[in-house]
Amino acid sequence: MEELYQLGIKEASELLSSGEISPEELLEAVLKRIDEVEDKVKAFVTVTKDEAYKRLEELKSADSTTPLYAIPLAIKDNICIKGVRTTCSSKILENFIPPYESTVTERLNNKGYVLVGKTNLDEFAMGSSTENSGFFTTRNPWNTDCVPGGSSGGSAAAVAAGECIGAIGSDTGGSIRQPAAFCGVVGMKPTYGRVSRYGLVAFASSLDQIGPITKSVYDAAVLLNVISGHDHRDSTSAPVEVPDYTETLKENIKGLRLGVPKEYFIEGLDREVEDSVKEALKVLQELGCVVKEISLPHTGYAVATYYILATSEASSNLARYDGVKYGFRAESKELLQMYQETRAQGFGAEVKRRIMLGTYALSAGYYDAYYRKAQQVRTLIKNDFDEAFKEVDIIVTPTTPTPAFRIGEKVSDPLQMYLNDIFTISVNLAGGPAISVPCGFSSEGLPIGVQFIGRHFDEETVLKVAYNYERATEWHKRRAEL
Amino acid sequence: MKLSSSEVEHIAHLARLRLTEEEKELYSSQLSKILDYIEKLNELDTTEVDPTSHVIPLKNVFREDVLGESLPVDEALSNAPQREDSFYKVPKIID
Repeated sequence: MEELYQLGIKEASELLSSGEISPEELLEAVLKRIDEVEDKVKAFVTVTKDEAYKRLEELKSADSTTPLYAIPLAIKDNICIKGVRTTCSSKILENFIPPYESTVTERLNNKGYVLVGKTNLDEFAMGSSTENSGFFTTRNPWNTDCVPGGSSGGSAAAVAAGECIGAIGSDTGGSIRQPAAFCGVVGMKPTYGRVSRYGLVAFASSLDQIGPITKSVYDAAVLLNVISGHDHRDSTSAPVEVPDYTETLKENIKGLRLGVPKEYFIEGLDREVEDSVKEALKVLQELGCVVKEISLPHTGYAVATYYILATSEASSNLARYDGVKYGFRAESKELLQMYQETRAQGFGAEVKRRIMLGTYALSAGYYDAYYRKAQQVRTLIKNDFDEAFKEVDIIVTPTTPTPAFRIGEKVSDPLQMYLNDIFTISVNLAGGPAISVPCGFSSEGLPIGVQFIGRHFDEETVLKVAYNYERATEWHKRRAEL
Repeated sequence: MKLSSSEVEHIAHLARLRLTEEEKELYSSQLSKILDYIEKLNELDTTEVDPTSHVIPLKNVFREDVLGESLPVDEALSNAPQREDSFYKVPKIID
């Protein structure tokens, strides 16, 4: 048998319910794995070992038939858990202990999960590599000289390294899907509005969404079942029915129409990534899907649009870190100086850069030229997807233009770093669901991901295609050696 | 588009950030480069296009105006850098 820490949610649940393993054995295997490899991977800001054992005690009197009973999960450290330090990997929140619980973790709690730790991210989820973390950089378990991607790099690396059974991340411009691709695991961004953001520390409110990072598509469906659904505490969460995704994903995909946008197969796309995605399309054709070329004509404007909208919203959202109510405060005798010093010392370079850009875009005289303009282009990008979905059911693209890059390779050039998100950003702008699934490895042994994008609130079809593809391939069975 | 050092200072003031001289220089060149890239949005004629502020068709979300639970004062103040009684304490604002 596989080591227990390598198990996914589905397999672990089966072994637990048949009594072949106990909750203690599973938790101990995961915590032991963390002890063994965390020095190399550095996925966690906080490991919650004591809380996890306490939680197992609690669970003894709980319903053991819930879908996440005794399953050890890791949560990205920008999601508030009552009484557990939540830092956003920022010095400004280094000692912040939320007095309330996010809706997502409340729902996971109700279904029996066990928290093993809070995972590292780029500070306030701003980045694609975890190199912007205010604390340390997480390593890619497949090659520790490489980044794990970001911003949910800690969650993706923890899943790939077997330091948890599954994890939760957040995705504003690709922050779940890109690290999932880089780390050879499954990562899904649900439709905007599908999952409540109550308790998620806000970055760009018109784009942020919470989703699962897992070892299989089925596991993603299990987590999505639990975390989805309307929540009165998040007025942007949608009152839309949630199907049982673990059932719908089993349907066959014969006759499904897949669109391949020609604008995604461009210069700068790594050859091995291109080949792997084309190979994936062949597999899907063999499964009965119809593949056709489509056009998303405004693709080339997505990154520029995103960096206006996301930074503008961030500059407004992050105004709350003023040293008054919570978080770090730089002592000063004068109020204005206290604000300025608190923010100067508390925020890292990338966060400051984005606050500056967003403040500029929203400042008097520039609003129409930048923010409004970007909102208009966002309409064009969304229309591209609406048009495409009249002809196809799912859009298939590479998740990233290249496999994981080396630590330090892109830090000096923010624009190059931003362009790395070119294939994931449009989906956040358009709002629909998308998943990244392992579809191959580079000659250097780094994972490659394929992205399936669906219509608004059609997670069912996205998961169905991903599940059928996964069952026809072996990529998801490989494990990183550490 | 080149951002001048005084523009960078103005933005930093609006954002309540104190920047070092090195940061001012760095951000002036990096932000100028990013703004140059963003210029490409002007290739598109958007005069007839409605802006999208929200991607799903949700309008005003109302609820009944009834009293709910709220955070107890001590918990709300539990992360305060400085407090006095049931208040956040800050440096003097008015002389």
